[in-house]
Amino acid sequence: MPIELHRIDDRLIHGQVVVGWGQPLELRFLVLVDDEVASSGWEQELYRMGVPPDMRVEFVSVAQAVEKYSSFASDPLPGMLLTGDIDTMARLCTAIPALRRVNLGGVHHRAGRAQKLRYIFLTRAEEHELRAMADRGVEISAQDVPAARVVPLDAILEGEAIA
Amino acid sequence: MSDAPARLKALVIGHKDFATGIVSAVTAITGREDLFRTASNYGLDTRGTEALLREAIADGVLMIFSDLPAGSTTMAARRAQRDHPAVTVVTGVNLPMLLDYAFAAPDAEHAADAAVEKGRAAMMVARGPRSAD
Repeated sequence: MPIELHRIDDRLIHGQVVVGWGQPLELRFLVLVDDEVASSGWEQELYRMGVPPDMRVEFVSVAQAVEKYSSFASDPLPGMLLTGDIDTMARLCTAIPALRRVNLGGVHHRAGRAQKLRYIFLTRAEEHELRAMADRGVEISAQDVPAARVVPLDAILEGEAIA
Repeated sequence: MSDAPARLKALVIGHKDFATGIVSAVTAITGREDLFRTASNYGLDTRGTEALLREAIADGVLMIFSDLPAGSTTMAARRAQRDHPAVTVVTGVNLPMLLDYAFAAPDAEHAADAAVEKGRAAMMVARGPRSAD
């Protein structure tokens, strides 16, 4: 069973992930890739608190994610890989050729970012980073929850779909 | 009847319009508009929600009711609580829970625990009568 979703979401583990996607995809594990969280027991406890008992969580650094990706991808149960920012996912895509599809689930407002969708705000540097990932063959689209429409990267960057 | 005494400042935070909705129900039932403040995580990342909660704590909020245990509202509340141990965070808020808290004695040491018990006890499944074969 492949990892069902590779998601960028600055909230990491939260309701949309655990319930919104977790239930329809019947997710049984989450891989949270974040160097800071991977080195903090307190942060891990915090995120684990929000996960139902039948869902496993792996907290890994970027280096550990690269090293363990094939075992995550060959897990017999469905799972989701999460990063909190575009740069982390870009590093994974560069190091893991098999990672070829990315979901933008939530990149919220911050100084210097412009709104592209209701739940996607990007700096120019982040736009370039996404475009570079796409140029390397990664399929990128935005969809916050399963019932929402899928918005391809071109439409996101052209700001056609603010809603 | 005397006015209810001042009580711990409480804030209800939830997804989208959850908090304003449920607090409006508390107001409709109790006639009180001064019991709970409200906040939403809508359009915010976890850090933004945390900043909003820290402002509320700085303003005197000591009790935070959050809607979803797994939600970014709860994550943000727990982060803010880390620097403010006097703050209590309750998750999975429902209407019976808020009503119990609203009517608890303002100095009740275990008001949060009692409210959670009330909220839990209020959940039930009611099935209709079985039709006769």
